[in-house]
Amino acid sequence: MTRTSFMTRKELIGFLILAAVIFVLLPAVLDSFRLNLFGKYLTYAFVAVGLALCWGAGGILSLGQGVFFGLGGYCMAMFLKLEASTPENTSIQSTPGIPDFMDWNQLTELPVWWQPFYSLPLALLAVVAVPVAFAFIIGFAMFTRRVGGVYFAIITQAFAAILTILIIGQQGYTGGVNGITDLRTLLGWDIRTDEAKTTLYFVNGVLLFAVLLIAQYVRKSKLGRLLIAMRDQEDRVRFSGYNVANFKIFIFCLGAAFAGIGGAMFTLQVGFMSPTLVGIVPSIEMVIFCAVGGRLSILGAVYGALLVNWAKTSFSEAFPELWLLGLGGLFIAVVMFFPNGLAGLWSEKIEPQLEGLFRKSKPVEPAESAAPSSRAAAE
Amino acid sequence: MFADYSWPELGAIFAMQGFAGLILFSVFVLMALGLAIIFGQMGVINMAHGEFMILGAYVTYLMSNLFADHVPALFGMYFFVAMFLAFIASGALGLLVEWAMIRHLYKRPLDTLLATWGLSLILQQVYRSVFGAREVGVSIPDWMMGSMPVTDLIEIPINGIFVMVLAVSISVGVYIMMFRSNWGKQVRAINQNRVMAGAVGINTEWTDRLTFGIGCGVAGVAGSAFTMIGSTGPTAGQLYIVDTFLVVVFGGAASLLGTIASAFSISQAQSIMEFFLSGSMAKVLTLLVVVGILMIRPQGLFAMKLRK
Repeated sequence: MTRTSFMTRKELIGFLILAAVIFVLLPAVLDSFRLNLFGKYLTYAFVAVGLALCWGAGGILSLGQGVFFGLGGYCMAMFLKLEASTPENTSIQSTPGIPDFMDWNQLTELPVWWQPFYSLPLALLAVVAVPVAFAFIIGFAMFTRRVGGVYFAIITQAFAAILTILIIGQQGYTGGVNGITDLRTLLGWDIRTDEAKTTLYFVNGVLLFAVLLIAQYVRKSKLGRLLIAMRDQEDRVRFSGYNVANFKIFIFCLGAAFAGIGGAMFTLQVGFMSPTLVGIVPSIEMVIFCAVGGRLSILGAVYGALLVNWAKTSFSEAFPELWLLGLGGLFIAVVMFFPNGLAGLWSEKIEPQLEGLFRKSKPVEPAESAAPSSRAAAE
Repeated sequence: MFADYSWPELGAIFAMQGFAGLILFSVFVLMALGLAIIFGQMGVINMAHGEFMILGAYVTYLMSNLFADHVPALFGMYFFVAMFLAFIASGALGLLVEWAMIRHLYKRPLDTLLATWGLSLILQQVYRSVFGAREVGVSIPDWMMGSMPVTDLIEIPINGIFVMVLAVSISVGVYIMMFRSNWGKQVRAINQNRVMAGAVGINTEWTDRLTFGIGCGVAGVAGSAFTMIGSTGPTAGQLYIVDTFLVVVFGGAASLLGTIASAFSISQAQSIMEFFLSGSMAKVLTLLVVVGILMIRPQGLFAMKLRK
């Protein structure tokens, strides 16, 4: 078996095109309001990339990515909320210095588990560590007992339900249905201004590329190849002496970490965090971003997240009634007709056409025309 | 927390909450039976199950209005007609969906989940366009109103009893269909080995379609029964889908007895805890316990002994 290189030329071009779209095209054509919206969509792309690894490569469909997105987002929101709730800002409350919703719910003291969120390093650590810890517990319990597929999906979905009910029920500690709102500054930097939101958009883009490179590395490593082998023939991998469960736990935790980062960036970009982003419906929508983009492709997942959300926003502005019909139809169409999503459509239908065009337009020596096919065989 | 109550009061609380739990149990059983057929026997994840239920509920709503407007004399009986029509309507829609969508996805169970979720979104929007976004309720016939006093502390609502009777009779019906009829034998044969079942002359395609249709039909009846104890809105189905799946998985997917046992334990636990904790915490605790047990025993309470 030859060692696959980190990135083929074709993949590099794909990365560069995406970079051009995110860093040049979108900022050039969109006003700051729209760019902020796309910044929000980019935070969903983190989740979709994680899902492309877990689900597309590993065959583990998690319907609880909203949980990890939410946990990351809440960790960030708690830090920002504490920063916004200085004793001066909250002097009209009966207990100054604690978040306003706690005061409304007759709490007189900050709960102990909120204390670490005074510190930014701890909060940033928690953004990744809390989702990963949850994912580890779930993954460890499920995968070591060889629970997978449908059952795993249902149980992760149950977690999404549990966390939503818990957040809504414990209003005094979590802000309840409203979530954690009225976030103002990050270390004194006002995040509500247009400039801040534009900056955050670019931060999102850079972080997303960091995540994409990690995902690309994982895909090309031995682990990535094992994941695909496991998805297709789990027992054979197991009988070859690999500990299947550990690989699955790792990839699930990685997906959770990506989702957590996405959630934290969502909080910064949008300025609040609420249980509506945690539950079953958003979790399934996140799966759809990944499915539309192409579950096998990490770049496709990003495009999926951007396109579906953009369609959602523009559709529901124009025809609020039709949106659900359109979204439902999209689900069905993608699953039934393009199981590999846009990326599959591209690589199966459009790319061969394009290659055919190029080959006709410029006469190439036989040696060069043979090169792509041999590379394709190696992949 | 028990100190505030006297013993007879505590007894009454447990009895009343236990009874409320029994009604919840009946609802769970009704919802889960259809799913146990579709998921347990066919392995298809039908996320639109709740919407099939709601279809039954809307049919009942239409019938109650129709009877009240045109044949008020027979109003007491409308529910039975409605239940039958709910079964027909949801079942027919189920047959259609199986033909158009599900049959192409039998080899990809996770994809049935996504496709049926899309279907559920479409159905929700259709309900919203046709019946409006507001919740609708039906007027209950006189004979179902009121309650039976058992002691001076305990009262039992009659519509609750009716729903329970319905749950029991449909369970018995499904049991006979699945385990005593020729058709049920065929369904289970297909579940175990599709190719072999086809080879011995079972029309697998038609059996699949009918199974899915009957599962959806049972959901419609559940929705119909549901109108007796609550109101119906376009998104009501979504609220119950996770609970229902957990009931089926917790019981052991292919076991009817397991489904009933898990519906019973989940509903009782939730209902009794609800009185002492807040409703949401009771729900969280119940779900956590269920998920915890599933992590220890993934195959559910009553697992079928199968060679895989």
